[in-house]
Amino acid sequence: MSCQRAQELIHGYVDGELDLVRSLEVESHIHECEICAQAYRSQTTLRSSLKSDSLYYPAPEKLKKRIHSSLRKEAKSELGQRRFHWRWLTAGASVAFMLLIGLVVWRLVPRSIRPSGELLAQEITSDHVRSLQTPAHLTDVLSSDQHTVKPWFDGKVDFAPPVKDFASQDFRLYGGRLDYLNNRAVATLVYQRRLHYINLFIWPAEQASSTGEVTVQRQGYNLIHWTGSGMNFWAISDLNSVELHEFARLVQEGQ
Amino acid sequence: MQKQNKLATFEEAVLPHLDAAYNLAHWLTRNDTDAEDVVQEAYLRAFKFFGGFHGTDGRSWLLTIVRNTCYTWMQQNRSPELHVPLDDEVREIESKDLNPETLLMQSADTQMVRQALAELPVEFREVLVLRELEEMSYREIANITDLALGTVMSRLARGRKRLQQALTNHRHAEVLS
Repeated sequence: MSCQRAQELIHGYVDGELDLVRSLEVESHIHECEICAQAYRSQTTLRSSLKSDSLYYPAPEKLKKRIHSSLRKEAKSELGQRRFHWRWLTAGASVAFMLLIGLVVWRLVPRSIRPSGELLAQEITSDHVRSLQTPAHLTDVLSSDQHTVKPWFDGKVDFAPPVKDFASQDFRLYGGRLDYLNNRAVATLVYQRRLHYINLFIWPAEQASSTGEVTVQRQGYNLIHWTGSGMNFWAISDLNSVELHEFARLVQEGQ
Repeated sequence: MQKQNKLATFEEAVLPHLDAAYNLAHWLTRNDTDAEDVVQEAYLRAFKFFGGFHGTDGRSWLLTIVRNTCYTWMQQNRSPELHVPLDDEVREIESKDLNPETLLMQSADTQMVRQALAELPVEFREVLVLRELEEMSYREIANITDLALGTVMSRLARGRKRLQQALTNHRHAEVLS
């Protein structure tokens, strides 16, 4: 082993960080080389000089107390924070619970106090069902001639419903009927497609503007509602919704 | 309840190493009150991060935090200290490597050693304090200082040579005076 290498390893040797083989190599070199032996003794002297207890700064007693109390404070504030989070969580749960209660109440309240759209759809469905119970219920005027049906309404309602036959598109005008819906007399046109009947309820709209089609389902019936030409329209049928939409489109275009 | 347990567990694992924490902080800051402030801050940090401590060596873990807190503190208060041109000094020392003049043959008195150690650049001071005063292994020192094992070894060697040199110079000055 060279002196250079030995001097490099002397620190590891002094610190007991060398493996056994290297340790023995350094040891034998020190035995043979006076310069390296001196360097080694110098290291051990330095180490013993550093071993003095008075070089060590023990923590003052007051620091211990200070740290202890600051840790307590910190622990308390962490605890407070956790309680704070817990409060938020509780608040969140309360809100969710209130919403759930609201939903349950909503499902339980009598239908009559719900908004009118919902009520109207139900009313129209009932009317539709009733109209189909016996042939006598379905029409007051049985005619596929629009020029017969339209004048029939004169004097019976305070408006002139648009009446048009769509027989060429396979929606045949079947007749007309008077109904009472939404607290007023309304005109009902009955159309037929194959074996399906369509009731089209018409009455004047409060607002002149047109609205797009709204589709709902009640008791297996499809209902389509729209407003146009100053009239409310509700079409209802057991017909599939695609064909009923086709019908609604025809009515809107025919106006 | 849980927090009380955390505090108790923390104090049990970390509070016994208060002396080690203060000793390191004192050697790094070289000042009583600064060391106290740094240690208190380090304990609060340690408490906050205690959830991330899963080891068994509370002392190494705490000293790592103490050292980091010290460096943050020094950056804010004494930044020039942290910019020592290490390489130049190493060359200077290595050239005198085998010079008997730098060999310390007699035990130096404690006051002199304290002063010489305190005057070492902080990079050498910290490895010497951890090795000689805390008697930590190279591996532990490497973990605390975030240095490679080889760097720890070479810094220890350089630090010791500087210390020997300082003590020898001091003795020469005494003899001459």
